[in-house]
Amino acid sequence: MDRIKHAFASKHNLLNTYFTAGYPSLHDTIPLAKALVEAGADILEIGMPFSDPLADGPIIQGSSSVALANGMNLPVLFEQLKGLRAAVPETPVLLMGYLNPVMQFGVEEFCRQAAAVGVDGLILPDLPLDEYEEFYQETFQKYGLNAVFLITPQTSEERIRRLDSLTEAFLYLVSGPGTTGGTTQPDAEIQAKYFERIAALNLRNPRLIGFGIADKAGFDRACQHAEGAIIGSALIRALEDVADAPAEAARFVRSIKAA
Amino acid sequence: MTTSYKQPTTRGYYGQFGGAFVPEMLFPNVEELRTQYLEIMADPAFQAELQGLLRDYVGRPTPLFEAKRLSAKYNTRIFLKREDLCHTGAHKINNTVGQILLAKRLGKTRIIAETGAGQHGVATATVCALMGLPCVVYMGAIDMERQAPNVARMRLLGAEVRRATSGSQTLKDATNEAIRDWIANPVDTHYIIGSVVGPHPYPDLVARLQAVISEEMRKQLLEKTGSELPDFVVACVGGGSNAAGAFYHFLDEPEVRLVAVEAAGHGVHSGHSAATSVLGKPGIIHGSKTLLMQDEHGQITEPYSLSAGLDYPGIGPLHAYLGEVGRAEFIAITDEEALAAVAELSRLEGIIPALETAHALAALGQLGAGPDDVVVVNLSGRGDKDLETYLKNMDKLI
Repeated sequence: MDRIKHAFASKHNLLNTYFTAGYPSLHDTIPLAKALVEAGADILEIGMPFSDPLADGPIIQGSSSVALANGMNLPVLFEQLKGLRAAVPETPVLLMGYLNPVMQFGVEEFCRQAAAVGVDGLILPDLPLDEYEEFYQETFQKYGLNAVFLITPQTSEERIRRLDSLTEAFLYLVSGPGTTGGTTQPDAEIQAKYFERIAALNLRNPRLIGFGIADKAGFDRACQHAEGAIIGSALIRALEDVADAPAEAARFVRSIKAA
Repeated sequence: MTTSYKQPTTRGYYGQFGGAFVPEMLFPNVEELRTQYLEIMADPAFQAELQGLLRDYVGRPTPLFEAKRLSAKYNTRIFLKREDLCHTGAHKINNTVGQILLAKRLGKTRIIAETGAGQHGVATATVCALMGLPCVVYMGAIDMERQAPNVARMRLLGAEVRRATSGSQTLKDATNEAIRDWIANPVDTHYIIGSVVGPHPYPDLVARLQAVISEEMRKQLLEKTGSELPDFVVACVGGGSNAAGAFYHFLDEPEVRLVAVEAAGHGVHSGHSAATSVLGKPGIIHGSKTLLMQDEHGQITEPYSLSAGLDYPGIGPLHAYLGEVGRAEFIAITDEEALAAVAELSRLEGIIPALETAHALAALGQLGAGPDDVVVVNLSGRGDKDLETYLKNMDKLI
């Protein structure tokens, strides 16, 4: 059984943590991954920094700028990730980023190297569904990489079912309108109705809720409606200006996962 | 059947360029527009309202002026399409008038826009005031400094100007912020993009709304020269909306040479340039696959031009395609050459052009046009907004 399927089959209330590769320091990638998993993170999403991250709010934009200034790029990241599976043998790992750096690296070569270092899936928010099916799906599958798609409150049922049919990992439920790290709380009732509507579709894939989830209360609330949740911006914010980023990351995860 | 350069494929492609590379959060917005824009624009009631506003509010048709002293200097026959005489001082309002009518028909109650030099922001704020809709304009912090009068104009017109402080703090970043606003406000808001860039259907939508420029040129040329077709059409290109409008009805007339003029900044290979057709490689920016200035790792780089309207790191996918297949020729003009053209047009014809427009004028000496050739330059905007820049460079202008 692959790592993603195994994680969803064997655990409940999964915590998927996102961090930007190369932030706060260039070589934090593997130590952060190890610390997050040891503290209880169930899935890792490693951000590939991009100069113009359209779906991200100011916190991930900021971490991306710092990471790029630190010298992060795809060749450096893949070099670092050669140590990934020694550090986190069982945990599903996804690379998240924007299409342009992947295109310039070469899609096939990107997939080949990602698979070689033990990456399980890819989240490329600006890769449209039609393009994915026509030009990318075959290559992703050849290298055993799962594409993860986003669903929003505006996504039609027909489109949700199509997205559900195209992945074997999980569906990423965007919690409400806005970019990552949003601070305005969407109307709880409207949000609950949206999550219930999706739950009632009896989709093939498990669901994780992301965007705007910052603490234990938010995580617990999300877990009532899905198999787990994704936290990114709040973790990045916790790592700002700290002396020991891995220790701080572990502390953050324990605060979310505390009984 | 001959193929037309005008019409992208149903998925918005011009050759390999175009498409709609948007996050899922934007898919419904873009899809709503894509499925409705052609039908709405074909509606006679929409057209009647649009044509009425273009005539009575924008001041169309704009004149086609034969610039005799400029013609004598370059030993060819030069006409200026006076988009600088449009309400608000540039061609930008052709697009915003059309898009605000479209937004109303889509039931939208709030308008957002990005702006570089401020001309598109002013044109958007203007039509929002006219229609009584709230308007938020995103503008790079650096552009707000160098185009302060336009910031004041937008505010006077009732728009809220929001400072884009990410990245290079110019047009690219203002566009990112506008797109993020649209993601956060997916239902009530229409995004009036200012150029032939962004995800499909924007490049086609904006080109169609700017096409009135070349539609008028053909009629006016027939009247003044006996032929609808000139030998050259010259326009500056940042994202490329005025060029798209000036080229549109000549795209499928192969005998008309289309010349797109980019900003070379300090020089194409100086490291301070915005000459995307030379320095760009295919990539994705703002939801569109096009030529894009980027580093070897696909990070978008900061373009440079003295003119705030031309320092965009991409070009519209239509222009990328026209360049690739050789339908349009690209010329790059430096800051210095553009400033010289400002002085030249001011002295020879009594018209102070915008700095962006001056790039097109500066290409006149490089066309190879002969005495019997007819050259049309799209005079996309007037120079009032650039007075501060001109004052700082007075030594080069007098």
